[in-house]
Amino acid sequence: MTPTSSAPPSTGTAPPPSRSRRRGTAVPSGLLGAAGIAGFLVTWELVVRSGLVEPQYLPAASTVLAELASIATTAAFWEAVGWTLRTWAIGLAVSGAAAIVLGLVIGSSRFLRRATHSTVEFLRPIPSVALIPLAVLLYGTSMQATLLLVVYAAFWQVLIQVLYGVGDVDPVADDTARSYGLGWTARVRYLVWPSALPYVMTGVRLGAAVALILTITGELVIGGGGVGTQIALAQSGGAVPEMYALVVTTGLIGVAINLLVRAVERRALRWHVSVRREAVA
Amino acid sequence: MTLVKKTAYAVGLPLALIALWWALSRNTTNFYVPTPNELFTAFVDTWIGERFRTDVLPSVARFAVGTGLAIVLGIAAGVWIGSVRTVRSLLEPMLEFFRAIPPPVLVPILILIIGANDRMKVMVIVVGAVWPVLLNTIEGVRSVDSVLLDTARTYGLRGATRLRTVILPSAAPQIAAGVRQSLAIGLILMVISEMFASSSGLGFTIVLFQRSFAIPEMWSGIVLLGLIGVAVSVLFQLCERRILHWYYGQKEVQHGR
Repeated sequence: MTPTSSAPPSTGTAPPPSRSRRRGTAVPSGLLGAAGIAGFLVTWELVVRSGLVEPQYLPAASTVLAELASIATTAAFWEAVGWTLRTWAIGLAVSGAAAIVLGLVIGSSRFLRRATHSTVEFLRPIPSVALIPLAVLLYGTSMQATLLLVVYAAFWQVLIQVLYGVGDVDPVADDTARSYGLGWTARVRYLVWPSALPYVMTGVRLGAAVALILTITGELVIGGGGVGTQIALAQSGGAVPEMYALVVTTGLIGVAINLLVRAVERRALRWHVSVRREAVA
Repeated sequence: MTLVKKTAYAVGLPLALIALWWALSRNTTNFYVPTPNELFTAFVDTWIGERFRTDVLPSVARFAVGTGLAIVLGIAAGVWIGSVRTVRSLLEPMLEFFRAIPPPVLVPILILIIGANDRMKVMVIVVGAVWPVLLNTIEGVRSVDSVLLDTARTYGLRGATRLRTVILPSAAPQIAAGVRQSLAIGLILMVISEMFASSSGLGFTIVLFQRSFAIPEMWSGIVLLGLIGVAVSVLFQLCERRILHWYYGQKEVQHGR
C-alpha cells in the first residue's frame, strides 16, 4: 500500500513497464480515490441527464446533493441523526458490556464453555429481524423496540470474539500466572483481558456495523424516529430526492462510525504488535 | 462414555432452558408467551402443509438466488479489482461508502425503481449481500504472497491457471469469511424485503400474525426463521470445511493441536 512497503523491486506483481509508473502513482492513491468518487458522481449525473433513467426514480447527483445540503440546515434532520446515533450507541454499549462480561465468565470455565456451546451456536444465526414482530408487540414503536433488535444482533458478534479471545490465551502464561498464585480476578485483569483485547476489538468493530444496520432497519420498519423513519416517511410521501439524500446520510454515518471504531481500536491496541508494526511501516 | 458426555453437554442447557420455560409458563396465562405445547402445535399447524409451499419455499428460493448471485458477482469483481492496483485505489473509497450504507434502506429505493415484485426482492438481497464478499475478496487477492506470485510467473502460469491454482486458493479463507457475513445479511434482507409491500413470504406472514395478535403463530414464525438461520449456517460450515480443509489442517498444525 504505502510507497515504502512496495519499494523493493522484487515484490512487484505487475509487468516491468508499469512498475515504474506504479511507483509514481503510489503516492497520490488518495487522489485516485477522489477521482473515483468524482467519476461516480459524474456518471450518475450523466445517466440521469441523458434520460437513461427517469428522474422521478433516480434524481440527478446534483439534485440529491443540493437536497442534502438543504435538509442539513433543518433542525429535524439533526434531531433524526442524533436519535439514530443515540440508539446505536446505547445498543452497542449494552450488548458489548453484556457480551464481554458473559464471554469472560463462560470463556474462563471449561465446563461452561462446553455446556453453552450448542446453545450459542443455535441462537447466534437467528436473524434478529425475526424478532421485529415481538419487539413491536412488547414495546410498540418506541426506541426500546429498535434497541431489542440492535442488542440481540450485536451481542453475538462480540460474544463469539470474546470467547475466541479467551480461548487464545497462551497456556504457558496461564500456568505461570497460576503458579505465581494469581487469583481469578488478577488473571482476568493481567492475562486474559490483554490477550483477548484484539479479539474484543474485532468483535466491537463487527458489532458496531451490525448495530447500525439494525438501528436503521428498526427505524425503517418499526418507526419511532431517526433517519430510518425519515426515509420511510419520504418514501411514502413521494419525496424522492429527500429519500436519496437520507440514504446518502446513512452511508456517511456508516463511514463515520467505521472511522471512529478503527480509531478506538488503534488506540486501545497501541501496545499490540500488529499496531506497532503498522506504525513502523 | 465420551459420546454420552458429548451429547449431555450438547443437549443439557437447551433441555434445561425448555424445562424452565415450561415450568414458568405452565401456571400463567401470559398473553405474549405461549407454552411449549401451544407453540409446537401452532408450528405444525401453521408451517407444515400448504403454507410451506406458498410462503416458505419462495422466500428461501429468493434468498438462495440472491445470495448466490451476490457471491458470484462479489468474487468475480473482487478478483479483478484486487489484482489491478489502479482500479483498486480508484474504487476503494467508493466501495467503503457503499458498504457503509445499511442494506435495508435499499428496499424503498428498489421498490421505486423496479416496483414491488420478486425481482425487487432478489435485487435487494444481491445489492445488500455483495459487499462483504467483494471487499473480502479484494483484500484476500491483494494479500496473496508475492513470492508465490513471482514463483507462479516464473513457472509460466498465467490466465485461468494462475487464477485457479494460485490466486483463488490463497484468497479462499478470506472469501469464506465474507461469504459467511453475506449469508447473514441475505437472510435479514429476505425478511425485510417481504415486510414492505408484499403479500406472501415468511416476513409478510409473520408480520401478519403479529398484527392480528395470533401470538403462538407469530412465535412459530420466529422459530422457523431461527431454524432456517441455523440450517444455513450448518450448510455453510459443511461447505467451508470441505473446500478449506487444507487451510484448517494447516492451522491445526501451526497451533500444534
